[in-house]
Amino acid sequence: MKKISIKMLPDDEYFVGHKGCGGCGGSLILRWTLKALGERCHIVIPAGCMSAIGFIYPQMALGVNAMIAPFAATGAVLSGIAAVIRAKGLTDIPVVGFAGDGATADIGLQSLSGALDRREKIIYICYDNEAYMNTGIQRSSATPQGARTTTSPSGQTAFAGSKKDLLRIAAAHGIPYAATASVGHPADFLRKLDRARQIDGPSFLHVFAPCPTGWGCATDATTELGRSVVTTGLWPLLEWDHGKIRINQAPHSFAPLATYLAPQARFRGLEANQIEALAAERDRTWVALRAWERETTNSVLA
Amino acid sequence: MASVEFLSGNEAVAQAVRLARPRVIAAYPITPQTTVVERLSEIVEAGELDAQFVHVESEHSALALLMGSAAMGARTFTATSSQGLLYMAECLYYASGGRWPLVMMNANRALALPWNIYGDQSDSLALISSGWIQAYAEDAQEALDMIIQAYAVAEDIEVRTPVLVNLDGFVLTHTYEAVSVPDQLEVDRFLPPPDLPEGYPGTFSMSKPQSLAITAGPGDYTVFKYQQHAAVMHSAAVIRSVGEKFHQHFGRGATGLIEGYRSEDAEFILITLGSVSGTVRQAIDELRRQGVAVGMLRLRYLRPFPTEELVEYLYSSTRTRHVQNIGVLEKDISFGHQGSVSLEVKSALYEYASRQGGAAVPVLNFVAGLGGQDISGEDVQNIFLELASSVNAANQSQQTLSAPGFSDVRFLGLEPFREENQHQDAA
Ligand SMILES: Cc1ncc(C[n+]2csc(CCOP(=O)(O)OP(=O)(O)O)c2C)c(N)n1
Ligand code: SF4
Repeated sequence: MKKISIKMLPDDEYFVGHKGCGGCGGSLILRWTLKALGERCHIVIPAGCMSAIGFIYPQMALGVNAMIAPFAATGAVLSGIAAVIRAKGLTDIPVVGFAGDGATADIGLQSLSGALDRREKIIYICYDNEAYMNTGIQRSSATPQGARTTTSPSGQTAFAGSKKDLLRIAAAHGIPYAATASVGHPADFLRKLDRARQIDGPSFLHVFAPCPTGWGCATDATTELGRSVVTTGLWPLLEWDHGKIRINQAPHSFAPLATYLAPQARFRGLEANQIEALAAERDRTWVALRAWERETTNSVLA
Repeated sequence: MASVEFLSGNEAVAQAVRLARPRVIAAYPITPQTTVVERLSEIVEAGELDAQFVHVESEHSALALLMGSAAMGARTFTATSSQGLLYMAECLYYASGGRWPLVMMNANRALALPWNIYGDQSDSLALISSGWIQAYAEDAQEALDMIIQAYAVAEDIEVRTPVLVNLDGFVLTHTYEAVSVPDQLEVDRFLPPPDLPEGYPGTFSMSKPQSLAITAGPGDYTVFKYQQHAAVMHSAAVIRSVGEKFHQHFGRGATGLIEGYRSEDAEFILITLGSVSGTVRQAIDELRRQGVAVGMLRLRYLRPFPTEELVEYLYSSTRTRHVQNIGVLEKDISFGHQGSVSLEVKSALYEYASRQGGAAVPVLNFVAGLGGQDISGEDVQNIFLELASSVNAANQSQQTLSAPGFSDVRFLGLEPFREENQHQDAA
């Protein structure tokens, strides 16, 4: 198996001619994923932006075997492919799911859970643009507090729910490998994809994927936001590997939240006290993360 | 050599699936389907079938999973019932639109609310337009035979349409009878190999990567849907030829989409489907002894709907008597109208009558067996007698069982309810 790294990415393209918007984070991650995994890859994409922009008859944008799954069923369709690979004794076929946050954290959580529980040999990538973009920017359970969507017009929801923690949900299944990544850190993402590819079982990657159309940011802000979300501490880069959680980048101090929030129209209108509340929530998350890291590092079971 | 075994309907299906050698089985439990997947898991664990048995988290996932397997070119199987069939409704349309040759067994069962685990046909009839070929077995032997044939029909290159084989819940799924189970070699000779050939439409390819389950705009969408419709229409001919081939190989089984019983000279014909047909046969024999010219047409397939066959049975020039009255007996009601099967039959007759000129034979709809309600031989005889007595339009007003507002829909077993209501009215 050739090692995947950003320097070794082939010139081959497997996602071209799609109808994604300028600056679309999700389509960039999909393009890298396919370059890295190559032509033997089989990919399942549920209803959502990536399937809507890539499979419009008769112009197919995918250069590998690919199919759209029913919105709720990415994990199940992946399992069906994996079952035949087992049955026929095929080798070296990466089976990849590429699903939005709605398709993962909401309607598809059940079938994802089933696939993880069965220890299917699959790579499940959630590209997280933090809302239902394909249907017009509605709130999902991955939408952060304070973000305006067409179904949370003020940016505030009546309940306290902050983003569902998909990494912990995946890790709680006891799967071998899960990680977070960001479009702003391609080398880190590709290293994690390489690790996922070598796992004999399910792996889960949760990748930050800006959406200029839905977020109201510039089309050339994608990479920058993919970095500032990390430096502000809002998107920790993490790796869950065989029972241990590792914090890949632990900044001593966080960049001001405004560096991340200000370029996005969806956060416009946030009052100073609301931004403070977001900062407090972030700090609590980091305390819990560090505790989790200590706990799993010291665990005799790990 | 075939062996004769004492099997329930579900067990007969499990044996048929073993013989068809699917690569992947995925299913979720629901009464009264459960024993078919229990038997199959035993068969797989015992090494009698080399298949992946996948424990899924829902019926929706079961069918979605098998679409992934079919895209990989593998033969598959699942089974469900009632709430489970409706829970996978999205995937039923998805699978037929994707043209994957899946085979599924459905244990016909009532739908909640109220909850009821017993047999009726509301589940599969609710999904009659889902693009699946729909077969209805009368007994365990036919269930076994239909499952084996279903793979040949579904996988036919011109058909490429999934098949739903229905067995009445409990009455058929759980009733034991002697069943001839063919030898593996015989079935291997009858069916194509369990892996779809490279290049089969709707499957992935290593040499030529494919995008499947795609998006199409209004113009192309219409073309895809027309092709799907044409394939299901064409499947009627394939069902017949597969039936004939099956008959040659195994020496048994009906070959048409409809099977007649003493219908050639019958004046009063009951059209029905599924396991109640056995009771209808006995009632016919009894009434024939009394000199009433009654007969039955059993619909073995509801999709494709066998319009031409039906017309041939009812209006054939070789008939010795004209059909005076038709009854449709079904375990279903399409609320606010009538039974779904009755609607199917009436539409076929209307088409014929409007083409030929002249009036269609009157059709009375008998809704019975809902939620496992028993349909006795006496009930069926009464249905025939009502058909015979209502020939005369003047008699119509005397019918006692008609539901409010619908002169031609009769519900079996409403008498106690009626009496209660009458008392209340009086009070
Ligand atoms: C069962 C079902 N419910 C609703 C929809 C409508 N729908 C299609 S795509 C989509 C949004 C997808 O959101 P997400 O998964 O976050 O991906 P994104 O579009 O943001 O990339 C919705 C709600 C559907 N296709 N199927
Ligand atoms: S709406 Fe957002 S996620 Fe969808 S294609 Fe456009 S940029 Fe990408």
